[in-house]
Amino acid sequence: MKRGFDLSYLTEEWRKVLELTLDHLQLTLLAIGLALVIAAPLGIAAARYRWLTFPVLGMLGALYTVPSLAFLVFLIPSLGIGREPTLVALVVYAQIFVVRNIVAGLQGVDAPTLEAAAGIGMTAWQVFRRVRLPLALPVILAGVRTALTTTIGLATLAAAIDAGGLGTLLFDGIARAYNAMILAGAIAIAALAIAIDLVMRLLERLTPLARAERARSG
Amino acid sequence: MTFTVAASQFVVLLGPSGCGKTTLLKLVNRLYEPTSGTIAINGIDTRSLPAPALRRRIGYVIQQTGLFPHMRVGENVAVVPRLVGWDKRRTAARVDELLELVGLPAEEYRRRYPAQLSGGQQQRVGLARALAAEPSTLLMDEPFGALDAITRGRLQDELRHIHGLLGQTVIFVTHDVEEAVRLADRIVVMRDGRIVQDDTPLRILSHPADDFVRDLVGASDVLRRLSLIPVHQAIRSGIPDAADRCPPVTASQNLRTALNLLLDCGAPRLVVVDADARPIGTLDLEAIQQAATVDVASDSPIVPPDIAPTRR
Repeated sequence: MKRGFDLSYLTEEWRKVLELTLDHLQLTLLAIGLALVIAAPLGIAAARYRWLTFPVLGMLGALYTVPSLAFLVFLIPSLGIGREPTLVALVVYAQIFVVRNIVAGLQGVDAPTLEAAAGIGMTAWQVFRRVRLPLALPVILAGVRTALTTTIGLATLAAAIDAGGLGTLLFDGIARAYNAMILAGAIAIAALAIAIDLVMRLLERLTPLARAERARSG
Repeated sequence: MTFTVAASQFVVLLGPSGCGKTTLLKLVNRLYEPTSGTIAINGIDTRSLPAPALRRRIGYVIQQTGLFPHMRVGENVAVVPRLVGWDKRRTAARVDELLELVGLPAEEYRRRYPAQLSGGQQQRVGLARALAAEPSTLLMDEPFGALDAITRGRLQDELRHIHGLLGQTVIFVTHDVEEAVRLADRIVVMRDGRIVQDDTPLRILSHPADDFVRDLVGASDVLRRLSLIPVHQAIRSGIPDAADRCPPVTASQNLRTALNLLLDCGAPRLVVVDADARPIGTLDLEAIQQAATVDVASDSPIVPPDIAPTRR
């Protein structure tokens, strides 16, 4: 068994690595997409009704402290193995990041600005759509970014219950004591996480508020 | 409480913090809903139409500017015209017109963001935004409260000038007596949610309703009172043949300015001229003294006559 930085698997089996990377990305994006569908109404409600803020964030925070592998195993009796239990777990874990930042973003908008918006004649929906949401967007996107990178890491565990992704390289590599395979998996996961992080940071820079802030300093 | 604001009148709600002046203002545009009673604008109950529709007809300016930081200056001013469905061309023309009116050349400022402007400039944009959709009424909640004294004074003068041009009905909230005296056609003094006095600035200064008003407005401050009396009310007939050392004073200027001039140049009297710089009389210390102590008649003009006609 070779030790050290053996990149042979990465260079020779790059097609396989690429395929697993895309699979991993697909799983991640699907999970975050589903997570957003749930987190958006939950976050908006938790921001709007202050009595909901603490219980909702507390519950999601508590869920996040459950060890992920234990959670996956816990889901096996009801959902079996494969993609479905993995998606459930990833969606649950992503909630805290997305909901927390939706709440922080929406509640963080300056009150006089909102009152001015209503005061000059915007309807409640227009205030939300044209003022509150765009001003909260950078914070919300930062939450999505954190959720994405965390999910990329967590999705590695999916391989443990046969749901594919780059975790396959790690688990198979460990089982076969095949260091080059483990290294290829680790590098691909890190590269994917960094790439997604960069894309999200770029998106954050494109929000109207970020443009305005750049204009001031630039 | 009951009170009525005449069209095109500039009314200042004056009182200490917590007296209810902002509450009263927000009741007008229904940011607060009245639990009882009625508020009508042009005879129409404010509750007879949806709050957003009502508010689009009422300009609203607040101290914190309330500008939308993610929108450019032009977009901020265009918000209400867009809400009421103006087309792009009309909106764009109006935005430029208003930015010029408030002293921000459109070419230079339209594409900036609020954070790129000074506090005074931001408040100018706030005023332009409030005026954009041609409201008949303007509500202003301590709009200049956060500005330095020089900027505040300049904006007060310009607001007065713009009011003269456009003639909106203005309800303006402040706790600053100097500001109230400078701007108002009429001052409503409030305390603990009640109106304690409702009159012209000059009469509030010369006849405060009680000790509270007297202390609040500094009624013993003769100079403040003089600033509200035009020179022509103290004018003496007769024109001195010998030219004085002092520059002349215009009949429409106030007695505070005239007194300042008189003391500054040390002459016994000033020549008073009309708007066309023709001498029409003189002014001396005794005349100023008399004007300051004279009982103010209820119908006395509080606006210099050569400014009044420009207001609708």
